[in-house]
Amino acid sequence: MTTVTTNGASARVRIWRTPWLFLTPFLVLFAAMYLAPIAFAFIQSLFTLQRDGLGLTAPTLTFDPFANYARVFTDDEFLASLGRVLLFGIVQVPVMLGLALFIALLIDSKSARGRGFFRLGSFLPFAVPGVVAAVMWSFLYSPVTSPINGFLESAFGFSIPFFSDGLALWSVANVVTWCWTGYNMLIIYSALQTIPAETLEAAKIDGASSWRTAWSIKIPMVRPALILTTVFSIIGSAQLFNEPTVLKSISGGAITSTYTPLMAAQSQVAAQNYPYAAAESVVLALLVGVTSFVFFKITGRGDR
Amino acid sequence: MTPTLASATRPRGQRDTTPASRFGVMAVLLLAAFYFLMPIWWLIVAATKPAGHQFSGSGLWFDGFGLVENIALVFDVNDGIFGTWMLNSIFYSGTAALIGTIISAMAGYAIAKYAFRGRGVVFGVILAAVLIPKVMFTLPLFLMFNQIGLLNTPLAMLLPSIVSPFGVYLASVFAAQSVPDELIEAGRLDGAGEFRIFRSVSMRIMTPALVTIFLFQFVEVWNNYLLPAMVLNDSSLQPVVVGLVGWSASNGNVPAGTVVVGAFLSIIPLVIAFLSLQRFWRAGLTAGAIK
Repeated sequence: MTTVTTNGASARVRIWRTPWLFLTPFLVLFAAMYLAPIAFAFIQSLFTLQRDGLGLTAPTLTFDPFANYARVFTDDEFLASLGRVLLFGIVQVPVMLGLALFIALLIDSKSARGRGFFRLGSFLPFAVPGVVAAVMWSFLYSPVTSPINGFLESAFGFSIPFFSDGLALWSVANVVTWCWTGYNMLIIYSALQTIPAETLEAAKIDGASSWRTAWSIKIPMVRPALILTTVFSIIGSAQLFNEPTVLKSISGGAITSTYTPLMAAQSQVAAQNYPYAAAESVVLALLVGVTSFVFFKITGRGDR
Repeated sequence: MTPTLASATRPRGQRDTTPASRFGVMAVLLLAAFYFLMPIWWLIVAATKPAGHQFSGSGLWFDGFGLVENIALVFDVNDGIFGTWMLNSIFYSGTAALIGTIISAMAGYAIAKYAFRGRGVVFGVILAAVLIPKVMFTLPLFLMFNQIGLLNTPLAMLLPSIVSPFGVYLASVFAAQSVPDELIEAGRLDGAGEFRIFRSVSMRIMTPALVTIFLFQFVEVWNNYLLPAMVLNDSSLQPVVVGLVGWSASNGNVPAGTVVVGAFLSIIPLVIAFLSLQRFWRAGLTAGAIK
């Protein structure tokens, strides 16, 4: 491959082979760490685990391709967890991206000073690992230690029940929003920087107000960035795991071990019910894949 | 990147803003900054308070100084396991990001700079993999590792962490932008082999991009919780995020104050990396936005 030759035929062979040689290490690992596990999980999901009544002998595997999937779609806890992340996504994703877009537009506006500080300030939470952020917020939420409630109690005489049945999901949503708003804001902000100065100049000459410019020029022009961040956020919601897992221990039972689909699947692994856990993760991966595919198709990015 | 240059040419236009709009914009931005920075500020303040008093006082201001003593305490609990966790995190993140960056650079370069049959398919598969997050593959990985006996070994953490479809995607975008075809052609005319050209010409030009890829992957591995939590049972093999969650869920076996100081220590390396390498972060985010 490394010898240079003037012979046309072997030069073509060299060029044909080279890119694949460059790709080989990645493709081999990709196949082993992405494709093989999914295939393995799929095959395993086609079996069911039979335990004898007394548990004296080792459980045996029986081929029964639909049993686990039938169970997934009648499993109330799993279905409830799906509904919960759906609700979470419908509320949290627009709130977070609305906030990210709003802050990006404000930092981009002519009235802003200290742009660098605000950009970095919003992005800094992204440097905090998701679970560490959750550990940190668990102290800010905890009935015993919460400085937020400490302040509210002494100033206004009330406190926020962060883990009441109605609020627990939104306490989780707040941690996610805190971590990811700045990241999304920077993606949108970067897109705003690519709008040509002449376009904005023309709008100003035409007498458009800042609000009008933002609404009619800037937002439409950052649409690709908004679509990208939306897709990534939807996927992020579907895989919700870290934050609720950490907050579970101080939630006083409001967050259960099957709170999200991934937590439900993980609790099946913990119970050594591998085939059923495999079925749950296959269903989840399919749902996420189909959702983001559909979203890309609807918004017209997929047909490049 | 071009977009950052564009901002410099944008007129600053101090004149055409009113005091009212400046006040409004700054008020909202300060409020947002308070929301984003308050928890981190609280963590720093709490970590400096004397041992056992992490939750006393207002929460937002200093009250005595015990940071040194606190740090000593964190490294002392459970026979100094915290130090092991930090080293594990550095080892996993550093090794996976280093190998991963090289592999991603090779793959991205091949996709950007060679026309070959199957290129579209390969790129499509990689893009699809960027969209389906790693977490989705973690449970299947656990089931597979369980079968082949890889559980509870560093390889179970390292092998999946090395593969980064997003890194390949970034590398292909950067290679297409920055490595001129003429330079590769010139190398060929000089009689250099393809790999030699890649190593001594293209890799050099791509260095800033490679730093970006390394950073993104380093942080991704450092922050990954589910994978190590599932495949590493042995406490001495775990990275710091898993260890900390274990402490925080220990129902007071490890004092809450110690968990706070541990959390503070665990984010220092990443915060330093963020603050000192901002340029590279923006390059990566920009590439994501333009595509």
